[in-house]
Amino acid sequence: MTWTAVLVLAGGTYLLRLTGILLRGRVTMPERLERLVDLGATALLVGLVAAAALTEAGGFSGWARPAGVLVGGLAAWRKVSFVLVVVLAAGTTALLRLAGIP
Amino acid sequence: MCSVQRTIRSLDRGDLRDALALAAAITVVGMSFGALAAAAGVPFGLAVAMSVLVFAGGSQFLAVAVVAAGGAPLAAVAAGLLLNVRHLPFGLAVGENAGRSWPARLLGAHIMIDEVVAFSRARPPERAGLAYRLCGILLFTGWNVGTVVGLVAGAAVPDPDAFGVDAAFPAALLALLLPSLRGADAKRVGLAAAVLALAATPFLPPGLPVLVALGGLVLAGRPARGSG
Repeated sequence: MTWTAVLVLAGGTYLLRLTGILLRGRVTMPERLERLVDLGATALLVGLVAAAALTEAGGFSGWARPAGVLVGGLAAWRKVSFVLVVVLAAGTTALLRLAGIP
Repeated sequence: MCSVQRTIRSLDRGDLRDALALAAAITVVGMSFGALAAAAGVPFGLAVAMSVLVFAGGSQFLAVAVVAAGGAPLAAVAAGLLLNVRHLPFGLAVGENAGRSWPARLLGAHIMIDEVVAFSRARPPERAGLAYRLCGILLFTGWNVGTVVGLVAGAAVPDPDAFGVDAAFPAALLALLLPSLRGADAKRVGLAAAVLALAATPFLPPGLPVLVALGGLVLAGRPARGSG
């Protein structure tokens, strides 16, 4: 890792973040486009959840993690408090790993 | 200072508690990043600068891993930036939460990470901006404190997977997403996005599968009357 690499990664990432925000402020979006942008954010986040819950380095993550996410997701669906959702998900996965399930 | 006090008074207790839970989890991941950077021989100052200036965990882990595996710094930067392209559409979607004035936008851009985006979208519009900054500043603090602790403690940092922290993040994001998945159109798009991201993951470099998930928008259909 070099200073140049870190500064370029930082600058590029910041520009990506700022560009979206500035575009949003600059352009008046028709309602139809605004809906698509919002659904797009949902699609990106759901994609992230699915990949993070089930995959690791391009392959299957093992059962412990998706089981924890499933327990957390069910708890959230049952309107359990957010803090408990996080604790239940982590706890389930940790216990399964303790029991030898990867 | 008056406005700071006003801001603190108008903070929602539940928002603060929820953001602190996320901050605790990200601190643990920050520690493992610090430990990994130390093990990979990244100098202390450079690793701290990375967490302060980049503040995008996935791309930081990826960049360090690429260099540790013998890759060129340029390849590490390219891989990290590809992973962060999703921030642009995020900015389009939550630009108003990130800030309206210039200083607020400049700060809001830097603290934009997945959890902050999801957190602010899950709040009612009148609290979304404050929730965005609250969550972003707490997560930024946790990530950087964690990084420093991890760099100092090195190999003494336990594997966060042993505590199931890797399940906590997708579960937290999912919990924050549930309200936005109420509409039939959002359910269709979300399901397609999940399928697309999973199908693409074995074949594409990190970052692209999530962008492929945007293809779920083909199922958006027309807006339902009344629900916008």
